[in-house]
Amino acid sequence: MWDAFDILLQANFWAATIRIATPLIFGVLGALLCERAGVLNLGIEGIFVAGAMSGWLAVYLGLPLWGGVLMAALVGALFGLIHGVLTVPLGLSQHVTGIGVTLLATSVAYFGYRVAFPNVGTPPRIEPFPPLDVPVLGDLPFIGTILSQQSAFTVLAFICVGLVAFVLARTPLGLAIRAVGDNPEAVEAQGLSVVGLRIGAVMAGSALMALGGAFLTLSAFNAFYFGMINGRGWVCIALTVFASWRPGKALIGALLFGALDAYQLRLQTITGGAVPSQIFLMLPYIFSIAALVLVARRADYPRALMKPYFKGQR
Amino acid sequence: MIRFIPRERTPVWLTVAVPVGAGLVALLLTSIPLMLAGAPVLEALVLMAKGAAGNGFALAETLTRATPLIFTGLAAAVAFRAKLWNIGAEGQLYAGALATVAVGAGLIEAPAYVLVPLVLIAAALAGAALLLVPVLFKTRFGADEVVVTLLMNFIVLLFVQMMLEGPMKDEMGMGWPQSAPVLDEATLPKLVMGLRLHWGLVLAVLAASGLHVFINRTVWGFRIRAVGENARAARYAGLPVGKAMALVGLISGGLAGLAGASEVAGLKGYLTSDLSPGFGYAGIVVATLANLSPLGVIPSAIFIAGVFVGADSMSRAIGVSNYLADLVVAFSLLSVLVGGLLTRFRIRFVRRETA
Repeated sequence: MWDAFDILLQANFWAATIRIATPLIFGVLGALLCERAGVLNLGIEGIFVAGAMSGWLAVYLGLPLWGGVLMAALVGALFGLIHGVLTVPLGLSQHVTGIGVTLLATSVAYFGYRVAFPNVGTPPRIEPFPPLDVPVLGDLPFIGTILSQQSAFTVLAFICVGLVAFVLARTPLGLAIRAVGDNPEAVEAQGLSVVGLRIGAVMAGSALMALGGAFLTLSAFNAFYFGMINGRGWVCIALTVFASWRPGKALIGALLFGALDAYQLRLQTITGGAVPSQIFLMLPYIFSIAALVLVARRADYPRALMKPYFKGQR
Repeated sequence: MIRFIPRERTPVWLTVAVPVGAGLVALLLTSIPLMLAGAPVLEALVLMAKGAAGNGFALAETLTRATPLIFTGLAAAVAFRAKLWNIGAEGQLYAGALATVAVGAGLIEAPAYVLVPLVLIAAALAGAALLLVPVLFKTRFGADEVVVTLLMNFIVLLFVQMMLEGPMKDEMGMGWPQSAPVLDEATLPKLVMGLRLHWGLVLAVLAASGLHVFINRTVWGFRIRAVGENARAARYAGLPVGKAMALVGLISGGLAGLAGASEVAGLKGYLTSDLSPGFGYAGIVVATLANLSPLGVIPSAIFIAGVFVGADSMSRAIGVSNYLADLVVAFSLLSVLVGGLLTRFRIRFVRRETA
């Protein structure tokens, strides 16, 4: 019994929490940026796959690691552009278009991978991001162990939280993005372009989502696998509601989810097969649904979310 | 600039031309990645068409593949009509398949005219019950059904794996995680000897016709459409919105559950955790291509099935990855969405107005 509590005292557990949370931090930030501008982006699952594949492939073909990160962001923005054009000026159903973008991005990534590597048994590998080497802090006992299992990519995730929070809350651009998701008529009256702002926000958000995927292939693992995203994107959509569209809460939500996932992995080894492993693997999904149901009643959705806007039409 | 002028009514030829055109545009768009892959574009597309419908065997294989897609397509069509975004057909399919082996693999011994209906009812109930959960979450707590149904797909698949490795594992299965085979009396018979085509196709077509009549000719069908058009107006008009939503959930989940029953009892004979290569998700594309019309689901499912069967055969012949099929499917969905604008609006190019 004590073993179950003991897990919480292990530095490895906390290191794993952060590692599992990192792609979700990118994903939730991306999703909330899109939704703050009034566009639900269900392309997220596919954009994760495309980001994971393109970032990895770029590095495999010789780009430096940060070049791979940039490539993933560009590919993400491209799929964001597709989603944005179809849902904003054309006003198509954000649900169905998002599923379409997920199908497209996933199949492009899988097809591209199969074209590049027609028959390989073991997936080809790259040299991933090295562990952090932090002076002073890295030498501390507990914290040092946690830090030594993270990479610079994780640091980027934390920087992005601050950046998105700052832009949304403190800049005229952030104000315009929030306004376009709440009251597009007011934005139009200001002489700003609703279409431009929304498409821009969706592209930026999609780039962030793709970074979440790229983290998996460039830092957490060193290869691309089919099915490696496995619903992480959808989890981010649930966590976005849980985080009430705030970057700070997004970080907390992602870390909470990471802790739960890391905890169930360790609990599996303790129970030693007495409980089927699938029960543990279900927990993160059940947790996401529970979180969504709990906050749904008082969730303060952006008022114009999923409402297409046409100029001069009420 | 471009202006969209809403149409009062859609010309009939457009409702046919748009999905057909979208399919062609999708094939055209797919030739871009084919070209980038350095594959012979024309040859690949011709091989795909031949593989899908080149001879009787190919056609039968396409129809076999279309059978679960008709069911999942109908599941998506009826749900989307009411703006209930059920993206969980994949999970509901597995729930139906699980119910099929639970009832049909030895629990009950009865003649076929009892056991087959029993299996189908069990599968439909399992799928329906599964979708009722997110529908209740939506109507009671306001939780978005898209995310809940999506996440439930993963939970159900894990549950199926757990059952197949545990209580429902076939002791004669050589250690593979698969269920015991369904009894002969629970099996849907083959339509033609020597082909894989089975009675599931007939059931699927019957379901499509039944749903067509239900949606267009009954009071509850009208209510469902009204809720989909404008839930608020429907509520003010005194329509039972919550009940209509629950009914849609039962029908949609039930149809997806039947897809699982048809695959297990008609084709595979037993359940494995790779029963469906994404039939649930492809059903969304099928329904959208059909413009959510139950009868339209039949040709649209046959088209999507043909793309998959054709791509498999093309891939075996010239080695281009069969993920090409997924590309065609994704392009079809996006093209028909854009094409749908033509049926809803007249598009006029006008000179930019000065504000």
